[in-house]
Amino acid sequence: MMTNITLAHGNGGQENNELITKIFYKAFKNEILSKSEDAAVIEDGTLAFSTDSFTVNPIEFPGANIGKLAICGTCNDLAMMGAKPKYLTCSVIIEEGFEVATLKRVVDSMQTELEKNGAIVVSGDTKVVPKGSVDKIFINTTGIGQIEQKGISSNNIQDDDVIIVSNSVGKHGATIFAAREGIDFSTNLKSDCASLWPVIKKLIDEGIQIRALRDATRGGVSAVLNEWAKQSNICVEIEEEKIPVCDEVKGVCELLGFEALSLANEGTFVMAISKEQASKAIELLKSIEISKEASIIGNVTLKHQGKVVLNTAWGTQRFIDLPTGELLPRIC
Amino acid sequence: MNELKLKDLYDGFRDPKTIKALKNLVDKEAAKFPGKINVMEVCGGHTHTIMKYGLNQLMPENIDFIHGPGCPVCVMPKERIDHAYILSLQEDVILVTLGDMIKVPGSHGSLQDARSKGADVRFVYSPLDTIKIARENPNKKIIFFAIGFETTTPMTAALLEHVTKNKIENIYFHINHITVPEPMKVLLESNDCQIDAFIGPSHVSVITGSKIYKEFVTKYKKPVVVAGFEPVDVMQSILAIVKQFNENRCELEIEYSRAVSNDGNIAAQNLINKYFTKATHFRWRGLGDIPDSALRLRDEYSNMDAEIIYKNILPNEKIDDHKLCICGDIMRGVAKPNDCKVFGKACKPSSPLGSCMVSSEGACSAYYKYGNLIK
Ligand code: SF4
Ligand code: SF4
Repeated sequence: MMTNITLAHGNGGQENNELITKIFYKAFKNEILSKSEDAAVIEDGTLAFSTDSFTVNPIEFPGANIGKLAICGTCNDLAMMGAKPKYLTCSVIIEEGFEVATLKRVVDSMQTELEKNGAIVVSGDTKVVPKGSVDKIFINTTGIGQIEQKGISSNNIQDDDVIIVSNSVGKHGATIFAAREGIDFSTNLKSDCASLWPVIKKLIDEGIQIRALRDATRGGVSAVLNEWAKQSNICVEIEEEKIPVCDEVKGVCELLGFEALSLANEGTFVMAISKEQASKAIELLKSIEISKEASIIGNVTLKHQGKVVLNTAWGTQRFIDLPTGELLPRIC
Repeated sequence: MNELKLKDLYDGFRDPKTIKALKNLVDKEAAKFPGKINVMEVCGGHTHTIMKYGLNQLMPENIDFIHGPGCPVCVMPKERIDHAYILSLQEDVILVTLGDMIKVPGSHGSLQDARSKGADVRFVYSPLDTIKIARENPNKKIIFFAIGFETTTPMTAALLEHVTKNKIENIYFHINHITVPEPMKVLLESNDCQIDAFIGPSHVSVITGSKIYKEFVTKYKKPVVVAGFEPVDVMQSILAIVKQFNENRCELEIEYSRAVSNDGNIAAQNLINKYFTKATHFRWRGLGDIPDSALRLRDEYSNMDAEIIYKNILPNEKIDDHKLCICGDIMRGVAKPNDCKVFGKACKPSSPLGSCMVSSEGACSAYYKYGNLIK
């Protein structure tokens, strides 16, 4: 096992999993935690409870900033359990020297996003640390939500279910990379950062029975599908042609050697539902702005249980694995 | 870069209809050829394309891809990775390198491990980014650990040019630039050689021109097709190779005429010659010592040469690889990754035993990632 923590341990992929299971799950072991869902389901299935910390560089980028991210992140985790986000806490660790005007912008966008979710911040904490102890600002948000559809779980996916993504994939990850590396010719590229509860609520109100739901953050769609394949012991087969990816993301992937499916999203979810309800769900999603690019990308089989298989348009197949290591650009 | 439309990078070269049509043509041509053809793609970038797009699954029975030594990460011997590791742990040093190099295990660990022990290791997308790091850290020694084939050498030369012209005093170089043709010859001259034809990497030839492969068709009688990295490029090159066999020709062809010429980029070649000269030898991981297969800084720049400056702390004995690792055989094209006993078991991308599993261009990592085993 590892002797020191490396950046790879925070990648949302294999090393990250290993760190969590071997250290945290082992120590904290309990029935709720071991379900390993986006948010913990507590109080007899009536409430969802989730926490997340946010660090991002740069803190402001096309489409969002760290504040919007911090609210969307936790609210989306709740929404992914079919829960309406209600109460949040917010703690902030700020580096000495941070600009107040920036802080205001960050906090204002937090408020805007809270309103979209119909949630409020009910408790908080602020720490200021000497320069160099943190990178500008770290935000932690924790939230409680009221579950409006029970039984959504990564452990229940069944043979013949259909897999949907709600939006074109990889935009957040590509935006951050482009911003960090000063790739300025991708002007239309924006993070997909958005609050998902309004979309989920519509699905629930229309009687869609969601089998599994997850926002495809770190590790992207490939991480979600791999976890599902393992947790439900199924094979997810996806069709390359059906996966929505915008030209800018394709371009960034091409330049840096990434796969769009492994890039982070902050307002895009993956959903498993029964075949019967798929077209109704897609129609609904397409009628909403932030999910108008929704697409059925594949379905569930039992061919290679525990694995995700990609079918190309020219008849070949390959596995889509969990991303490993730090995302690094290729050499040439 | 504003002129470049990102879409142009890939559009058209992944068109399903074209790929299918090419597959049919390859099938037809191959059916006419009585024997088997082993095509070595020299470059790991091609291995990656083949596995990622499943092109091996499109090949008829009598055509097989065998994977070559063309990845600078895969062929870096442990002792040189140790150099990087040791340099990075010097107190006043920032070690700068490209991408995957960070993950390759040396005998003490990888640069990633060095970093978690407090070393300042940074990766850059372009060597020129080193200048910014040097400017921001005037009290540190910035060592650029240069790796790569003919493709990346001009970028290191450009950095050298900038450093000398602007008299930047805190950038040093550890040069590990290697060249493609010499190891290819070594492979062809080995007893168990199974190579019938080559696919050459286009971006190497964008710099060097296709002329570096002349000898392979004249002296060694092996067809060479210089190819781009998209699936359509590779399929077209295979078609060209099978046609050569059917028509009894042995030629150097350029599939990637989008950017490759016979002479290549003369300005880049001049810049390289200004700063580099051939090193007498380089010990390739898995392939052993190959004379004239690498570059070193010219003597007049030895004041910037980290290998000379830090001579006293850099070990030079050769360090063997893990005894179960068969990377050497894989890079010589006589074994496939799944022939390795520890493939996917003790050796995975998160716990690699050999660099073929580390490098994103390594054959083992391509097999692991894309599960060629589906077929
Ligand atoms: S460094 Fe360049 S030439 Fe070498 S394997 Fe990678 S892509 Fe090919
Ligand atoms: S699987 Fe690992 S140990 Fe085996 S040849 Fe590849 S890199 Fe070496």
